[in-house]
Amino acid sequence: MSLVKKFQEDGNVDAHENEVIGESANVSLKRSENIIEVKGVTKVYDGVTVLDNLSLGIKRGQFVTLLGPSGCGKTTLLRCIAGFETPTEGEIYISGVPITDVPPFKRPVNTVFQKYALFPHLNVFKNVAFGLKLKKISDPTAKKGVRKYTKAEIEEKVNNALKLVGLEDYGHRDVNSLSGGQQQRVAIARAIVCEPQVLLLDEPLGALDLKMRKEMQIELKKMHERLGITFIFVTHDQEEALTMSDIVVVMNDGAIQQVAWPKKIYDEPSNAFVADFIGESNIFTGVMTKDFVITILNKSLKCVDKGFEKNEKVDVVVRPEDIIITESHGNGQFDGEVLSTVFKGTYYEMEVLASDYEFTVQSQKEFKQGSKVSLEIEPDNIHIMKKRLTINKYIGKVVAENAVEFCGGTFEIPTTDYEVGDEVIVYVPFTAVELTDDEEDGVIGANVTQSVYRGTYFQVQVFTDSDDDFYIDTSDEWDMDDRVGIKIDASQVRLERYSPEEEKSNEEEQK
Amino acid sequence: MKKKSASVWLVARWIIILAVLIAIYLPLIMIILYSFSTARSVGGDFGSFTFALYENLFKNDNLLAATKNTLIIGLVSAFISTILGTTAAIGIHYMRRKVKGVVETSSQITVVNAEIVTAMGFFLLMLFLRETVGLPVNKGMVWLIIAHTVITTPYVILTVSPRLKQLNPNLLEASMDLGAGPMRSLLTVMLPQLAGAMVSGFALAFTLSLDDFVVTSLNTSANIDTISTYVYAGLRHNLKNDIRALSTIIFVIVLAVLIAFNIMKDKKAKQQKLK
Repeated sequence: MSLVKKFQEDGNVDAHENEVIGESANVSLKRSENIIEVKGVTKVYDGVTVLDNLSLGIKRGQFVTLLGPSGCGKTTLLRCIAGFETPTEGEIYISGVPITDVPPFKRPVNTVFQKYALFPHLNVFKNVAFGLKLKKISDPTAKKGVRKYTKAEIEEKVNNALKLVGLEDYGHRDVNSLSGGQQQRVAIARAIVCEPQVLLLDEPLGALDLKMRKEMQIELKKMHERLGITFIFVTHDQEEALTMSDIVVVMNDGAIQQVAWPKKIYDEPSNAFVADFIGESNIFTGVMTKDFVITILNKSLKCVDKGFEKNEKVDVVVRPEDIIITESHGNGQFDGEVLSTVFKGTYYEMEVLASDYEFTVQSQKEFKQGSKVSLEIEPDNIHIMKKRLTINKYIGKVVAENAVEFCGGTFEIPTTDYEVGDEVIVYVPFTAVELTDDEEDGVIGANVTQSVYRGTYFQVQVFTDSDDDFYIDTSDEWDMDDRVGIKIDASQVRLERYSPEEEKSNEEEQK
Repeated sequence: MKKKSASVWLVARWIIILAVLIAIYLPLIMIILYSFSTARSVGGDFGSFTFALYENLFKNDNLLAATKNTLIIGLVSAFISTILGTTAAIGIHYMRRKVKGVVETSSQITVVNAEIVTAMGFFLLMLFLRETVGLPVNKGMVWLIIAHTVITTPYVILTVSPRLKQLNPNLLEASMDLGAGPMRSLLTVMLPQLAGAMVSGFALAFTLSLDDFVVTSLNTSANIDTISTYVYAGLRHNLKNDIRALSTIIFVIVLAVLIAFNIMKDKKAKQQKLK
């Protein structure tokens, strides 16, 4: 959040006219810095939390992309802004006016849907005119101060909108006779002709083929510049997000991971998820030996970061194109051997095995498979991120002398200091969890929801049947949606007495 | 040898098909044939060819009244059930998944229910409303229209639902997004998409109402006859020969409607293909 604000300080506020937001908004048209303000929005569907206490501010006139894997909540967030979903908790403001309970047909936003959703019984012209015919515009000379558009005005506006999307002569055409790309243009024209303050685009290019997609990307960008209104664009395609947006909002698990302009997202991902999701990356676990010195793969390297605790464990990201690869001279930062080379059009992508790690390296110069190489990384290109959790934390109950029940299973853990029936906090380090292929071999069953390669190991996230998350550091790769069993190494587990109030204050500290 | 056995099978196949077709159509053919005869009973001596039965038909006031009743009940109940069924289908379509299944199933139970049970139910409900609740309801036209509406509404839901499932899931949202309120969206966006399915639903409801005997006979008053109760009464007392002509007319009308319907469907399919 703070990143956006900093970036936006010198951006001038667009003096865009406020449209009529139904009757209620007529009263209080406050002009605010942010055209859209999402405050603490939570959305729960049938017990599943899709958006988790999410807050976001969007500046007037910007092209903002909500980016994330499917199921991350980006579309739900967009639908909350459009008014098709009501947040379980939290408020949404448009131009400073709370609109959480305003129905979609009274909001000053328009939506372009992924599958166009054109009206099949109307021709192109009538589709585009649909919203205009309903719109009330302020006119002091009219009876109630508002009137509807005249036929001539509608015709002019529709034709202008069709011109803008390059479909001037298509007004009389049946929408079913158009190609996918043309239908999407009609959908865009239909939305922008209403002159919304915010245009919402829900994966609008998802159904188009690659070439069409690229064309539309450029056109949308141009349209945004010409119209000067705010665009909120939802996509799972990171390239699309980086090329088109002023600001990218990376989401995962219903929460915002990072908000920044594209270059920053790419160069300085705020955590390992963002780094893994955006572009290709080498992700390591490192130790900050002291300020400006990082140790990865048992090598001390210079870096440009400071302010970490001594010997703090951190995530380290190095982009493949930032690794300098040369013929082996024996005293590179890392010396190794090329495992494979693939030509990618403008560069070669090579897998290099060095210090027991498979580096992904991109270079203009080709090094044949099997050749000895040296790798160098400039201090500037070592991106260091605070490690998030390393320990799973659950609340459990002592059920026997050597058994604790939590997450819907009973685990064998020595409980010498506790009585049966005591509530305890169970700390399970990521390394203490073992996944088993056969669900029956584990104490509880779970589904793999994410697997990120961290250099020397995989960090796997699983979701148990009792709705708990487990993070596991393991040398094995697990596939998404795999059904697995969970076992725990009791010797690494720590217990602590559980008192609900203490728990609360601890949580706040962490925040 | 092989050829011979193949042709034997071919002949056998045709014999079976013909036998089935004859079994289906023989009763109809008999009635149609004897509707043009002076014979006293079907299957008897054909006598001579005549339109006399048809002439009688239009002189028979009781039958004309029954026809009028049937049409009124059919058209009014089909009209109401089309509106109810369509709105119900739309409501069900946009329900949350969990509730949706329950409502969908419960709206279709009466379709598979034995008609005699439904008929008894209406009869007893009428008694209950009149005797216990004290409402001024009675057997007769109004009660029949209500009963037929209730019976046919599930069929309209059944006809309209598949069309809803074909629609773009965001259609209603797109309309609301562009500033149309729920009622306007329903009338200007949803209805045009559902018009075809609604016509089919109306036709189905009308035919079912026309056809109904069990519910009608248990819930009609002594002085109100529909075609089906009139025919049944005629059969019991003394088979009036006019009924042969009446049956023929009904059959021809139904056949005509069916053919017209299929031609319309073919045309529509061709149009869509052209696009």
